[in-house]
Amino acid sequence: MMLYLSPNIADPDDFYAELINSQRDLDEEQALRMNARLILLLANHIGDRKVLTEAIGCARGGGG
Amino acid sequence: MTSYIYPKFGYRRSQEQAEGIVKRHPIVVVGAGPIGLTAALDCAARGQPVVVLDDNDTVSIGSRAVCYAKRPLEIWDRLGCAAPMVERGVSWNVGKVFFRDQMSYQFDLLPEADHQWPAMINLQQYHLEEMLVARCRANPLIELRWKHRLLSLKQAADHATLAVETPDGIFPMEAQWVIACDGANSDVRKMVGAEFTGQFFQDRFLIADVAMKADFPTERWFWFDPPFHPGQSVLLHRQAGNIWRIDFQLGWDANPEEEKRPERVIPRIRAMLGEDTEFALEWVSIYQFACRRIDNFRQGRVLFAGDAAHQVSPFGARGANTGVQDIDNLAWKLAMVLRGDASEALLDSYHEERAYAADDNILNSTRATDFITPKTKPSRYFRDAVLELARHHGFARPLVNSGRLSTPTPYVTSALNTPDHDAMMVGMRPGTNAADAPIAVDGKPGWFLHCLGDGFTVVAFGKVSDKTEIAVGPFAAKLLLVGRDIEDPTGVLAQRYGASPGTTYLFRPDQYVAARWSGFDEAKITEAVLRASGHDTADRTELAA
Ligand SMILES: Cc1cc2nc3c(=O)[nH]c(=O)nc-3n(C[C@H](O)[C@H](O)[C@H](O)COP(=O)(O)OP(=O)(O)OC[C@H]3O[C@@H](n4cnc5c(N)ncnc54)[C@H](O)[C@@H]3O)c2cc1C
Repeated sequence: MMLYLSPNIADPDDFYAELINSQRDLDEEQALRMNARLILLLANHIGDRKVLTEAIGCARGGGG
Repeated sequence: MTSYIYPKFGYRRSQEQAEGIVKRHPIVVVGAGPIGLTAALDCAARGQPVVVLDDNDTVSIGSRAVCYAKRPLEIWDRLGCAAPMVERGVSWNVGKVFFRDQMSYQFDLLPEADHQWPAMINLQQYHLEEMLVARCRANPLIELRWKHRLLSLKQAADHATLAVETPDGIFPMEAQWVIACDGANSDVRKMVGAEFTGQFFQDRFLIADVAMKADFPTERWFWFDPPFHPGQSVLLHRQAGNIWRIDFQLGWDANPEEEKRPERVIPRIRAMLGEDTEFALEWVSIYQFACRRIDNFRQGRVLFAGDAAHQVSPFGARGANTGVQDIDNLAWKLAMVLRGDASEALLDSYHEERAYAADDNILNSTRATDFITPKTKPSRYFRDAVLELARHHGFARPLVNSGRLSTPTPYVTSALNTPDHDAMMVGMRPGTNAADAPIAVDGKPGWFLHCLGDGFTVVAFGKVSDKTEIAVGPFAAKLLLVGRDIEDPTGVLAQRYGASPGTTYLFRPDQYVAARWSGFDEAKITEAVLRASGHDTADRTELAA
């Protein structure tokens, strides 16, 4: 499998709002801690090492 | 403070110093730590007389190695000393991981069935060394020389000259080969001008041994960021005789002298064990760790092993464990060279294989260090996230790294291996150490590793030949047939080796797989034995003819 880079989330505005809202009452430190947990949860769900490497590379390269 | 009574081994003037004659020894080992003593036993087991020099006359002082893994136990068993170690040592299976003021999770390391030796034991280094010394003393090929300090070493084409200082003054010795096991601050390394580079960790550890007055569970407890030692890590585990080891990470800014004072150490331990646990301090010391290795394990006539060749951080208990495996790799090669069965080129494979293993160990212990001591704020967030998630979800537990158990590094890229040609996908790849299995000989139960010989051994499944050995140039490989010489009543042997009728394995004298085939073919075996003993292609053709 390859890292999926075409739109894949059914209701993008709703998802984005949920993500932002989930951190609305957190201070920066709490939000960064939550992000770390979220990354680990999602990474485990994906599991595929090649996809994870691609995603890390893609994010590290500024998303390009 | 300590309740352990250090033995005094006693200095004796050697005959060569008394008579003022310069004697050339085949093998001189410098340093009688766990690695030097193992080197003496292994060289002697391969028929070579050995002289061991040590500047001291007792065992390792204070708190050092605790945990020894299965492979070193198998090696020490080959050398006849694993049983007392396992008898004296303690085994543990339950580990607990704490994060801040809560337990994150607990695990049970159930050992894999059908192995003679446990996955690991805990035993104080001084007990271990005493057992090795006793074993050396019982061997007429080994001469232990205490209070013999090596002062200088000069290399010639076919030997080295050593200047050695004893209470009776300085005298010269010669050695065809020197095994340098003189520890992390190796003088020999400086004498030959070898590089020793790597990473120093900006961290210090307070290591305390305590005697518990009452029962305490035999478990390994690891704390990340506990309330009694905020921002740092702490490890507690058991040694033999109700002695417990506690490692406090101190950080770089701590004042070592201040931290060592009992007035400071005792309240900290009390906060950790609880007010009701009675204990006595046995030993306290401070260590700073580094990950470094020598540029080449072979420097002319000098072969480096143990801490003199590599240093790792303590997570995963690797120092002595890998050092013993250096010797396992070196002793048979050196014995073959001394017997004239192989050329000196075989010794270069010692560097190739063990430097590869050292790098693997350094990688493992660096990874544990990075988890235990996050170097940046974002990496601390990830570390904490793993620990928080691990409390509730199994998926995060394998990410927790408080040090991984030391396992042998397979020599997958070694030039001594004969690459697989047959499509044999299961079992043991060339370059891996032989897995043990329960077997039977003449109907009596035994262990597979005990059947492997001192030299090369061919093991074939099925009655594929009438021979009991295969001649290879100047020497011979022992031939064992499963179904004739050994039985596999449980089928575990065939399963571990992915064997069907005809499957043939070639094992090196250190019990590593050198080659394997799906059928028995003497010409291929001969070629592989020669390759595994360092003969190049031209040599091999000549010797096989
Ligand atoms: C706190 C701590 C915990 C550890 N825990 C573990 C563990 O759980 N498991 C594990 O496997 N390892 C562990 N280690 C590492 C282990 O202690 C070392 O890897 C091991 O002692 C190395 O053995 P060695 O024989 O190479 O060197 P050493 O034990 O250092 O022995 C070197 C010997 O050489 C002698 N010598 C030095 N210079 C000269 C000279 N010029 N002439 C003659 N003799 C000389 C010294 O007197 C000494 O006897 C730990 C270490 C520490 C500090």
